[in-house]
Amino acid sequence: MPDTVIERILGRAAGVADVRPGQIVTCDVDMTVVIDVQFAQSRLAHVREVHDPDKVAVVLDHAVPAPTPRDADHGVKARAFVSKHGIDRFYDVGRHGIVHQVIAEQGLVLPGTVVCCTDSHTCAGGALNSAARGLGPLEILQMLCTGRTWYRVPPTIRYELTGTKPAHINGKDIFLAISGRYGDATDHALEFGGPGLASLPLSDRRTIATQGAEIGADFTLFPFDSLTEEFLAQVAPGASYTPANPDPDAVYADVRTIDLGTIEPMVALPGTVINNAVPLGGLDRTRIHQAFIGSCANGQLADLEVAARIVQGRQVAPGVRLIVTPASQQVYLEAVKRGYVATLVEAGAVVTNSTCGACFGYHMGVLAPGEVCVTSSTRNFRGRMGSTEAQVYMASPATVAASALAGYIAGPDQLAEVAA
Amino acid sequence: MTSRLSVRGRAWVFGDEVNTDDMYPNFAMKLPVPEAAQHMFHATRPGWPDLVEPGDIVIAGKNFGLGSSRPCAELFVHLGISCLVAEQYNSLFHRNALNYGLPAVTVPDARTLLGEGDVLWIDAVDGLLRNETRGTEHRIEPLPAFVVELVEGGGLINRLEAQGFLDHEDATAGGRP
Repeated sequence: MPDTVIERILGRAAGVADVRPGQIVTCDVDMTVVIDVQFAQSRLAHVREVHDPDKVAVVLDHAVPAPTPRDADHGVKARAFVSKHGIDRFYDVGRHGIVHQVIAEQGLVLPGTVVCCTDSHTCAGGALNSAARGLGPLEILQMLCTGRTWYRVPPTIRYELTGTKPAHINGKDIFLAISGRYGDATDHALEFGGPGLASLPLSDRRTIATQGAEIGADFTLFPFDSLTEEFLAQVAPGASYTPANPDPDAVYADVRTIDLGTIEPMVALPGTVINNAVPLGGLDRTRIHQAFIGSCANGQLADLEVAARIVQGRQVAPGVRLIVTPASQQVYLEAVKRGYVATLVEAGAVVTNSTCGACFGYHMGVLAPGEVCVTSSTRNFRGRMGSTEAQVYMASPATVAASALAGYIAGPDQLAEVAA
Repeated sequence: MTSRLSVRGRAWVFGDEVNTDDMYPNFAMKLPVPEAAQHMFHATRPGWPDLVEPGDIVIAGKNFGLGSSRPCAELFVHLGISCLVAEQYNSLFHRNALNYGLPAVTVPDARTLLGEGDVLWIDAVDGLLRNETRGTEHRIEPLPAFVVELVEGGGLINRLEAQGFLDHEDATAGGRP
């Protein structure tokens, strides 16, 4: 039987020749990733033996450097855990970053593999053709002990990309166009493909794959192609892996064609991205107090580059805070070397430490009641970034950077009208 | 004999797309579980945890639990919620519930059959739901056998302990209360 990407990967990992949607399979997990907040689960300290320490990574990201003694204690427990079990892949404060960025940079996400972590945006790894998904803390605990877990094979929705992505369009715009039009994909896998893919850099693929969680998709998968190969040659030279591309006659729950050439800059309205996004041009003038560029979705080097280019030689509008959070120490360092950080700071932005921080309203940029934020991060739920009485709009890094200068939600092409 | 999979309690009815950040607000992640549980539904139904009685049942619509991996189920268990009923679940949230030993059944027309405050009796093994307030009885999809085994045993921690993967809670000093 022909396979979609997810059917191929899960079938292989379960050692079952032919898996179909709805089937429950038990799979070996290739990489189990533990993050700082998971150490709130006290039973981690009671693990007698980790199944295979070479298939485990520990990354501190959500609350580092620690904003509370409780978070600091999670760091203490993480250090004890890696020491007890001889886990080499430990990304402590200083080598840290947002887990999904770090594991990709470190070559721990390989095509055709099964990856799990206690964070819903683990689906980011789908950009690299990995069956990566977030699972809860107890299930990660189980994987640490047994190396395995179960999956229900999801039906796949295929997005066939045609045309060429315009230079000013980000993966965020593509995702919001999809979530706005097609709504949720609960209990499904999303699979991207088609001739338009060649114009979609890995940074945009990662944004889209990350955001799949926002429409309830179990997995968001991209095929393996020359761009994936090139990236992996840099981050995991010599690594052996078996890509999992779909069969041409694979069976899909739905096939939807997206002409990338027609995508416009998009904005999600507060609350959800599901059936709740509009083209930027159709949005009423919306004043903002905070603009945020960061998170596992859009804190990549490419995102910081776009932001720096837009704010170069300009100033953040009075009454607006522009907060930029590089997705990892590696991204931060490269952004410093290339001058993006200086450009951003000169424009009046705050460039923070790499962390999940403001994205989940925990630290480094929390919103007050009545405030309005436009964010390039992952989630716009009520209360997500602080007060439940704050409003969170979502847009691409280009739109967020331009909005910070304009003082209201705007695109770079609108800046001429606000220039002093 | 009591079973985790045969429950009786009052219904609390929520809407579609109830998300994890509402159930487990970001600031509550800075608190121990018993305190965090007091902030469930902080955004949409403040004060709800004070009204909950042990055994109560939470009903929701489509895409219940959209969002994060934060273990909302642990907070429900702490409050004494005995079962979740939803028209459809987010899979991450659903798995979390079962892994914490909290039964979570799917009833596609839940909000038609059940109302706020109704007293319900649910058998998740046989697939039977009785609305005692309305005097109605409905067949529901029973939980699959491997899930029944997981939930009946009290969830993953108990299983991992029984299988010898974890030291017992009191065996290691310094565990968080």
